[in-house]
This record gives sequence, structure tokens and C-alpha cells, in this order.
Amino acid sequence: MAETKSLIGTQNKKGQTYTDPRRMLFEAPRTPSFYTGSEVIKEAIRRASCDVMIAYPITPQSEAAALIGELFAEGYIGDYFRGESEFAVMSQCAGAAFGGARVFTTTAGPGTMRAMENFPMWAGARLPIQMIVTCRGINSPLSIQPDTLEISYLMNTGMLVWHAETAQDFFDWILKGYMVSEEPDVHLPLALCCDGFFVTHTKDVVQLTPADMCLPPYDPYRSPVPCMDMECPPVRMMRDPFIMKSNYISYATHASWQQEIWAAVERSRKHTIAWLDGLIDAENTDADIMIVASGTAVSQGREAIRMLEDEGVRAGLVKVKTLRPWPGEEIREATKHAEHIFVPEFNVTGWLAKEIRATVPNSDRVHAGPHVCGGMTMPPEIIVSEIKTTLGMRAVSLAGRGS
Amino acid sequence: MSKERIKIAPEFFDIMPPEYQDLVQRATYGKEDRGWKDIGTAKELIEEHSLCAGCPESMAFRYILASLPNPEDTVMVGSTGCTSLVFPMVAVHNIHSLFGNQNAIASGLKRALTVRFPGKVKDVVVLAGDGATVDIGLDMTLQAWFRQEKFTTICFDNELYANTGGQESGLMRKGFVAKMAPIGKQFEKVRLPEIARESGCHYVVQCTVSKPSVVERVIRNAVFVARELGPTYIQLYTPCILEIGKNSMEGLQEMRDSEKPTERFAYKEFVSEPAKQFLAELAAKEKEKKAAAKQLASQEA
Repeated sequence: MAETKSLIGTQNKKGQTYTDPRRMLFEAPRTPSFYTGSEVIKEAIRRASCDVMIAYPITPQSEAAALIGELFAEGYIGDYFRGESEFAVMSQCAGAAFGGARVFTTTAGPGTMRAMENFPMWAGARLPIQMIVTCRGINSPLSIQPDTLEISYLMNTGMLVWHAETAQDFFDWILKGYMVSEEPDVHLPLALCCDGFFVTHTKDVVQLTPADMCLPPYDPYRSPVPCMDMECPPVRMMRDPFIMKSNYISYATHASWQQEIWAAVERSRKHTIAWLDGLIDAENTDADIMIVASGTAVSQGREAIRMLEDEGVRAGLVKVKTLRPWPGEEIREATKHAEHIFVPEFNVTGWLAKEIRATVPNSDRVHAGPHVCGGMTMPPEIIVSEIKTTLGMRAVSLAGRGS
Repeated sequence: MSKERIKIAPEFFDIMPPEYQDLVQRATYGKEDRGWKDIGTAKELIEEHSLCAGCPESMAFRYILASLPNPEDTVMVGSTGCTSLVFPMVAVHNIHSLFGNQNAIASGLKRALTVRFPGKVKDVVVLAGDGATVDIGLDMTLQAWFRQEKFTTICFDNELYANTGGQESGLMRKGFVAKMAPIGKQFEKVRLPEIARESGCHYVVQCTVSKPSVVERVIRNAVFVARELGPTYIQLYTPCILEIGKNSMEGLQEMRDSEKPTERFAYKEFVSEPAKQFLAELAAKEKEKKAAAKQLASQEA
């Protein structure tokens, strides 16, 4: 059980130094780099001490998965291969995590849906796999365009679900995500979502930590469930099979296990707050008008606020960073002065608005929209227009702008 | 793992459950020559199972577990079905995740164990029914073989979906009337042993479990070949006596009847050239070992 020894300060086979994660992420010098989101994923994984990465091609995550293959060729990852489908890939990830590896994978849109049966299994088996979800359209007719509908399906799997706004979020949260999801009292998988193309395929300046520093390796013996490597003596778990007896004990066992998963999601709250500096970011919380958003809709909301200020309308912003755990108390506090809460979203159903409506008092304050879907962009003017129309102000026709 | 690691502190021995005491004192962990003949004489890796009385699958389970060459470092992967009723009572780490994904789970598992324990042998053995192996999980079964994953796949072929009440499966013989095959199955039994050979398996055997010595030999060969060369596949006829209308005592005869040379479970073995060479070397070493032991015994006498 070499993993139980502290390796901080020692070097891996690539010459990277296992570094205290807090020092690496909060104190170490950073270098500005001009990268696409996919390249940023690669750079984060270079520093993540991953044991196994399993890949499958689907737009727009393919580039990230391919770039991580380059890392494997360079010797930064223990093993890497292409699975045969997303369902198989997520199963292969599960196998690797059952065996005590730190595991990473990526998916997108229809792939997320194809793999869906695995996600409650991951959570139920307490496998701290990290999966990047580069959201895109999932429904017919075929679309490869950005759309965040798939997040709504992930939110009830028992996984941690975070929604990154920028490539910088991505870089930091990939590394911090492992720190949260591998905590013994959490030990759950993490779906780290972003809006496909908007984040993955655009270039941005990202502050990177030194490439010669990496996270300490995963210690599977800190798991709340046994690692399947026969290093611990196995026990015969029970005299009777666990599911086939239709009696109260069987039901109660399964029910309590499900509740424990969701309790673990809640227990992740304290770790996440420490690493992400809160589950939300908020500004102008004394404003009558608040925009609450996640992902790149936050950026559009921020720009809309600037435009509204030019017209003398003051608005505030809540950036929802984690969807599971759900920052209910934080959102209630940040919106307590708001007369109107607008929730711009890149999906047709408005899942975030539904969550917020279920969270805040006087939920008729919540305006579900504007929505764009099917890959359409969301010009901040749409948000401005929605707000002004609701307030009874005259809004300029957007058609004239060709948007 | 080794047997050394499951010792009980002497001060606590008497308060440990008798089953655990027995496991520590009489388990076959760490015993190189363990085999089916240890069943009933040494602590086995399976306790009271919950399968139907007379179920041939329970026989197969015992023979397989007794034949594992390295149970103290073997992890088994199962799937939904009657196998998942037994695994909770098996003293080997075992994984049940979803229906049909057992070979994908095993792929990730074997690779993770190889990364984590580069200097140690960790065997992975998949054990699933024909529905999981040949129907819902066929793509993952085949792709694991194409990728040359180094683990053994064992299929308990009972020619139907037993656990859910006897529905048609891909390995069911043509014409058999079953639930969901109301006018008889319309296509031939899938020829998975041949497909396994063509898909890159180095050692493939189809047989029944009527003869424990045969099961022991093929399981050991399959595990050793998988460890050294690549994927291996064993297809065992374990009839569901309940669903084919047999009595508890008739399972063994059903297998004997089905393994005759003209029947569908006649012994079938495919071995790749590298595996032939490897097994020959293994047999030679075994022979040498036995000769040395015999010589030593005669000297002592």
C-alpha cells in the first residue's frame, strides 16, 4: 500500500514533483497561456496524476480526448485507450476506478445519454471518476451545436455536477475536482460540464500552474468502500443475495444506501466551498434585478449588466458554479432583495430556472429565460430585451441588428 | 494479497466469527496445487449458495473457484443474473455493475491493476451468463477480445435467460420454444467459440461441467494463457433445470447427454500457436516438478 505514504516533494517518472494541492493551486506562480478549452483540459490532466484515461470520439470533446492521448504517449498517464461506445467507456472507467485508479474521461451530448445507465452506478459504487461533459444538442434532428439540455439529466444521478464558465474555470476545477470528489466523506464521481465549442474551441488566456508540479496520486484505500484489488482480505458479504429477497430489510438497505449517496453530495459542500471559494459568485446583490446563470450564460449575463448600466438600469449577477451540491441557501441570500430574477439558459426546458423557482421564496419573481437552444448563440441584447420588456421599458427590436 | 495478510491477532481469534476463523485456518489461499479435490476438505471460496437445489451452475461455481491458480490476487467480474446471486457469498473480490458490461469493466480493471501493481500478478476473471455475454454485452465481449485484453471470460451457457424466467437468448438452440420464442427460436445457436477464436482469443474451450477435472484443467489453462498472452474464453453448459423441465437430480445427466460427440456441447478446444507453445512449456515444467517431487519422496523413503 505504497499510496498511503506521503509522496509530496518526491518526483514521478516524468520528473514532476508531487505538490501539496493547496500550494500548487493557490500559491505557485502562474504563467499566462493562450489556449483553446480543449488544450486547457490537456494541460490540467498533465498535472493531475491520472492513472487511466479512456477515450471515445464525439464532437466537440474529441479534441480533448485526442490531446490526452498525446499525454499518454509522452508518459504522463498510466494507461489510455479508445473504447467502443460511451456506454462501454463509462463501464471501462468504472472497472479502472474499482481497481483503485484515478480515472478521467470526456463525453458530449448524445454520448452522455448513451452512457447514462453508468452514472448512478458510479455514484452508487462511490467511484470518484472525473468526466468532462462538453455539452451539445442531444435530440433529433441531428445537431452538434452547443446546448446544455444534457445537464438536466445528470443532476439526479448522484454525481457531483459543476458547470464551468471559462477555460480558466476548467483548468482549476479539473484539479480541484479530484480533491473534492476523492475526499473519504464524499468519494463520488464528478461531471464537470462546459458549453461545447463556446469553451472547448475558443482561445483564451489561461493562467497555468507550473508544468513540473502535479497532484499527489490517488489513494484508493481512503475510499469508504473496499478497493477491488484483493489487497484487503475479502469477506463473504452475506448469506443471502442482496436484491432478490423482497423483504423489508432488502428495501431498507437499498433505500438507506441511496440516501447516503445524497448525503455524500451534501458533505461535498464544505470541501467545494474551500476549493472554489463558494458555490456561487455574486455581485450587486442589493439590486432589484438579478441575473442567475451557469456556464457561458454567466458571461452573457455579465455583458447584459454592463449594457443595462449604460441605460441607467442596475442589475446584479449570480454565477452558479455547482449544480450538485445545489447552492440553495446561497442563491436565496443573494437574491433576497431582488424583485425580478432572470435565468438565461442555453436549453429549451429551462432546468436551471426550475431549480431556482423551487429554491427561492416568492418564486413568481423568477423569469425563466431568455432561452436559446439548438446551438444558437445568446447575444446579451436578448437578455437586455427580456429584462426591459418585463419591466415595461421600451426595447429595441433585435431583428434590425441581424442577430 | 497473501494468506499472511488475513491472519487474525491471537488476542481476538476467539471472538471472530467461526466462518472467518475457518477461512484463515483452512482456506486454500496461497496453496499452489489447489484444485477441485480440495472441495469438502479445505475451506472453499464459496459458502452456502442460494441457487436452486441441484443447479449445475452451483457445481460450476465451486469447480471454477477451486481451480483458480491465484485466488488471493484474483478479482472476478460478474453480471446481472443467477451469478449475481452467488457472488455475495464468494471470498474473492467481485464486481457487479450493470447488465452486459462485464468485459468493459474487466478491461478497465485489468489495466488499472497493471498500472498499480506492475511487479505483481493480478488475475481478472469474468463470469457471466449467456444473455450478458452473447446478447446485451456482445459488443463489449468482442471488443475486449479485439483489444487483446489479458483476462479470461467464462460464459455460463444455459441457453436461455434463466434469472428472468426462461426467455429466448442468442445461445438458445434453434426451434426451442421459450417465453419470447412462442413459435420456437428462429435462428441457430450463436457460435461464440468460433467467433472467439476469430476475434483473437488464444485459448477457447466449450464443454459441460460434468467432469470437475476437465473444468479444473481448462480454467487453469485459460487463466495462465490470459495472464501471459491475451484473452481466453470458456463456454460451460450449465443447464437451468428449472426452465428446461428437469428435476433437481437430472442436471448431471443432462450435461452428460449434451456432451456426446454428436451433441451441441461436445468438447471443443481452440488454441493459438503461441498458446500451444506456452502450454507445452507449462506442462514440461509441471512434469519436471512432479518428477523432482517423486525423486525427493523416494530418497526420503
